[in-house]
Amino acid sequence: MSILECKALSKRFGATQALESIELELEGGHIVGLLGPNGSGKTTLIKLCNGLLTPTGGTVRIDGMTPGAGTKAIVSYLPERNALPEWMTTAQAVDYYADFFEDFNRDRAKEMIANLGLQENQRIKTMSKGTREKLQLILTMSREAKLYLLDEPIGGVDPATRDYILHTIISNYNPDATVIISTHLITDVEPILDEVIFLREGKVVLYNSVDNIREEKGKSVDELFREVFKC
Amino acid sequence: MDWTFRNDLPIYTQLMQLLSEGIVSGVYAPGEKLPSVRDFALEAGVNPNTMQRALTDLEREGLVFSVRTSGRFVTENAEMIREAKYRMAEEKTKEFLNSMKKIGCSAQEIVTLLEQMKEEEK
Repeated sequence: MSILECKALSKRFGATQALESIELELEGGHIVGLLGPNGSGKTTLIKLCNGLLTPTGGTVRIDGMTPGAGTKAIVSYLPERNALPEWMTTAQAVDYYADFFEDFNRDRAKEMIANLGLQENQRIKTMSKGTREKLQLILTMSREAKLYLLDEPIGGVDPATRDYILHTIISNYNPDATVIISTHLITDVEPILDEVIFLREGKVVLYNSVDNIREEKGKSVDELFREVFKC
Repeated sequence: MDWTFRNDLPIYTQLMQLLSEGIVSGVYAPGEKLPSVRDFALEAGVNPNTMQRALTDLEREGLVFSVRTSGRFVTENAEMIREAKYRMAEEKTKEFLNSMKKIGCSAQEIVTLLEQMKEEEK
């Protein structure tokens, strides 16, 4: 069974067609880049996959289930904005996640907190934007989930942290899990991706493996993106 | 090892090239145990599936072999490593000759130039 399956999936916000007839089937064990210009539907697709939005048409299935309480236990989601209460400290946020999610691995979280230099007793309120992003990512990647949905995980952090985060994604993820990363920083993520999905105006315009693209086109995914989405 | 990748070739073929270079130059010695796929992927900063594919293809070519529970090793066959080295050297020489041709150098000029450089290195 595929970990993520979309059939004729559509989402409309009033007059705006955010997603139109998406057909997708993702296998387990892959790291997938979800790429597209601003407003192409990346965040909408991710939110449909974790049940934060409901489809206007078509279906989305996670490991055979409709998004809901059942899928939340196996899907680890990194939102594009901070979703943690501001009054919490790093340590409290860790407790919070450990309470909520059975698959949360405290040792892993502790290690990443130490490596990225976060303070256990610092309140989120007083953290910089980059530090908040690091904390949120640590919590997301500390779960032993089947599907990780990472919405812009590396946008706000410095290049050294970016490298660490990408390393974390490779080293932590189990070979059966699928990771979906939406990002604009294609060059940074390209070497760690198996496959990429290009979204344009709510439609999938390309779904292929990174090495197939390089083999067939003789150019990197970043170069192909610039060509396909030339303004 | 310097793990940098070009844009115009699949990453797994570049990994195969880099690993082959490592083997023929002795960075990875004959019979040496190689890191696990995951550790190797981390070192190179690439997707583990891509590293797996590169190693499997090198195995098919015979430069590495795996032993069921204990991991992957560089071949102990010195002859095979020598052959691989020769093939790569030939490839690189062809590339070099092509680029010399492009700037209009004759075979004689190339030989003279190489001899001069060899003198200077002494």
